[in-house]
Amino acid sequence: MTGQLAAYSTSTGEAFQFWVLGTVAVIGALCTVFMRRAVHSALCLAGTMIVLAVFYLANGAYFLGVVQIVVYTGAIMMLFLFVVMLVGVTAADSLKETIKGQRWLALLCGLGFGVLLIGGIGNASLSEFNGIGEANAGGNVEGLAALLFTRYVFAFEITGALLITAAVGAMVLTHRERTERARTQRELAEQRVREGRQLPPLPAPGVYARHNAVDIAGLLPDGTPSELTVSKTLRERGQMRDVSQEAINDLRAMEQRSQERLERTAIDAPTFKRAEEASK
Amino acid sequence: MNPVNYLYLAALLFTIGATGVLIRRNAIVVFMCVELMLNACNLAFVAFSRMHGNLDGQIIAFFTMVVAAAEVVVGLAIIVSLFRSRHSASVDDASLMKL
Repeated sequence: MTGQLAAYSTSTGEAFQFWVLGTVAVIGALCTVFMRRAVHSALCLAGTMIVLAVFYLANGAYFLGVVQIVVYTGAIMMLFLFVVMLVGVTAADSLKETIKGQRWLALLCGLGFGVLLIGGIGNASLSEFNGIGEANAGGNVEGLAALLFTRYVFAFEITGALLITAAVGAMVLTHRERTERARTQRELAEQRVREGRQLPPLPAPGVYARHNAVDIAGLLPDGTPSELTVSKTLRERGQMRDVSQEAINDLRAMEQRSQERLERTAIDAPTFKRAEEASK
Repeated sequence: MNPVNYLYLAALLFTIGATGVLIRRNAIVVFMCVELMLNACNLAFVAFSRMHGNLDGQIIAFFTMVVAAAEVVVGLAIIVSLFRSRHSASVDDASLMKL
């Protein structure tokens, strides 16, 4: 780091980097807030965090820049993605407002807060600018370590206690003690009979001999898709594909081809049922 | 470029995060917005550290990261257990104590 140059202003290269990556960071932050699905929000936030890591490096915080990538984008965001996987089945927000006009009030509050914050920074006398070069002279990590194990050693020790408390807390919160005996297969079967809803196993997805993907509902004899055949998770996510129309269209095309081959003239539409019977 | 611009960027990111906490209803996204606010604070600390020419700001940012990691672990555990009992990650549904 050139301490003399950094004393008053940053280099042109850094200014360029700031404006380009700063735009990316703000867009990423906005996408985090306004994306409908939680997964997209998480990915946008990860992008913003990587940009911030670059800014840390540009500001001479080499250790923090690496820690930001390893801890934040590597560990914390992956934890978020795991929880989105567990929880985010119905991750899309409902658009119904519980408090009337809350969205606009929140936007107004945010805007006012931002104006206050930026106005405050604008009015502060931030003329002092020393540059990190001198402090980083003996190496950034060495300098941090020297501070961490002398002046901040007590806070550092408490951090250890905090981390172990958090680990134990997470285990206690997510662990579920089984309070009752697991039901046996016989009991489950008896319950199914008693409820009388679905006695045999659920039907398999897919349309026989054409599709076997799990996201395609099986077709009932009358050609309508059966919701029962698709897994509950996919149903809730709305990721079910419907090929019922496709099958009917295929049938119609096949019928037409056979008619062409048999050199018949066009027959009106309702006859394709008879063609289906004839093919059996 | 004046290095104060880093502070403006941090303020902007913090504001976006705060607005997101107020607007969004999905608990996970609300939590991500809190993380965004913490990150904005870290950027401000690092920029201050450079302005003042000492490493104390970076130490504080380091502690913020540690606390954020601990907070994420406990917070996500709470969200998961909330989801288990209510089958929803919406913060509106956790209104058991409302009159």
